[in-house]
Amino acid sequence: MNQFFARRRDRLLTYQAMREGKVAAGRRVACRNCGAESSALDWNRSDQVCPKCGWHAPIGAYYRLSLILDPGTFQELDEKLQPANPLGFPGYPAKLRATQEETGLNDAVVTALGSIEGHRAVFGVMDSRFIMASMGTAVGEKVTRAAEYAQRHKLPLILFAASGGARMQEGIFSLMQMAKTAAAIQRFQEKGGLYISCLTHPTTGGVTASFASLGDIMLAEPGALIGFAGPRVIEQTIGEKLPEGFQRAEYLLDHGFLDQIVPRSQWRQVLSQLLALHEKGGRT
Amino acid sequence: MSAYTPEEKVKLARNPERPGTADFIQALFTDFFEQRGDRLCREDASILGGIARFHGRPVTIVGHRKGKNLEENLTCNFGMPGPEGYRKAQRLMKQAEKFGRPIITFIDTPGAYPGKEAEERGQGEAIARCLALMSSLTVPTIAVVTGEGSSGGALALGVANRVLMLEHAVYSVLSPEGFASILWKDSSRSGEACAVMKLTAQDLRRGGIVQGVLREPEGGAHTDWEATFRTVDAALRKELAALDKLSPRVLVQQRYQMFRAMGRDLPAAGEEEA
Ligand SMILES: [Zn+2]
Repeated sequence: MNQFFARRRDRLLTYQAMREGKVAAGRRVACRNCGAESSALDWNRSDQVCPKCGWHAPIGAYYRLSLILDPGTFQELDEKLQPANPLGFPGYPAKLRATQEETGLNDAVVTALGSIEGHRAVFGVMDSRFIMASMGTAVGEKVTRAAEYAQRHKLPLILFAASGGARMQEGIFSLMQMAKTAAAIQRFQEKGGLYISCLTHPTTGGVTASFASLGDIMLAEPGALIGFAGPRVIEQTIGEKLPEGFQRAEYLLDHGFLDQIVPRSQWRQVLSQLLALHEKGGRT
Repeated sequence: MSAYTPEEKVKLARNPERPGTADFIQALFTDFFEQRGDRLCREDASILGGIARFHGRPVTIVGHRKGKNLEENLTCNFGMPGPEGYRKAQRLMKQAEKFGRPIITFIDTPGAYPGKEAEERGQGEAIARCLALMSSLTVPTIAVVTGEGSSGGALALGVANRVLMLEHAVYSVLSPEGFASILWKDSSRSGEACAVMKLTAQDLRRGGIVQGVLREPEGGAHTDWEATFRTVDAALRKELAALDKLSPRVLVQQRYQMFRAMGRDLPAAGEEEA
């Protein structure tokens, strides 16, 4: 299992490096936030947090799992689940295939069993490289199954959200995943399950308006954009520019929607603390 | 089968002369007592709710309200609720559960309001809580899509034991304009969007998203309100009678399984024609 994980992780890290190679055409990578260039090596050392400004760049799902899980504990769930084309939307299967080849993912979420400092939990991590990590039936189904699995095995559930919203190509079926995932989370929580929701850049639309907002504990990465409507839509609607920092994690913390903001380097420590605090005395 | 195209149905669904939540309440219920406010922040008139009698028995009603003239439109924000509206809905539904009242919702909204204050006060969280709450209610719940049901702002009132749609109502992940704008960066292609979105009551019935399609009078619901009311009244009576037979536990179970099945066991993309 250890080897399997290492292989996955290597593959994703290779993708990561390749992509960055394309952008920078060399060994220096510009930050999408501050524009400053840093060496690819420094970016890797900081787990893709800008060495100059601290901006948390989006990272792939396997890559994130490799950062937080105990080595050798990763066991993927529903690995073979494939996305569907419920509307028969023209061109969608081809787009899916191309994105699958490009990212090595089947769809926008990876779910897995794993441990942090020996505490077992069910994990789900969304990956914004896959069609903006929009939620279609595959994402909804995997998140739901993860919650059901966690309930069956009396394990905590930890989801890292990132999403552009609903998967338009799957139409109403995509919308219904909001109801399905919210219902599964609700059920899990009513049975005493612990759900920690971790919001990463960007988390918007139907994912924000369903499972991502329902955590017993709500956490986010620094600077993450979190909202229901996207900033552009809001600006168009109200006809004014939004203030600096609007819908960012720090703003949500100020407005009472988060427990804490967690820098990327701290996830293991914070999650392990929370898992330990819930180990005895909780109903699970 | 109706002769209208999906695009024509969107126009019908948005016809301002169509009966809205307030009209259905007046026609189908007696003793309506409106309940206002979310008890946290403010009153949001784009959600209309309260207690009333349906054929003698107390029920809770929650629905979107667009308003009938410009002044009302503005007060009701054209039927686009903010988080306060969704939190009022939650408050009313919890109360209905406490007192064992069935809940009937009427869905008709262009979507939740994408505004600055709405975001500030947690639009996403408010909708998410509505979904979670509705999924777990131990009383019978029936949702009726009467006009346009767009996006999470519509679904927030739609996690019911039975979801019914008027014949020319539409229900979709986003408005056709928004859909076209996201997929093709061109909101003027909304007609094309209507054609591919499968947003008509008939499409949704086939897809297992709604459980009943309610016939409208010739020309649409706005041409004959009385006929529309009779149809909706009969459907509500029938569905409520069926749900009355189910225990609270079975009600929760039936609703969960219904939504659980949506988008499950579909063939992988590209293999559906094979
Ligand atoms: Zn930077």
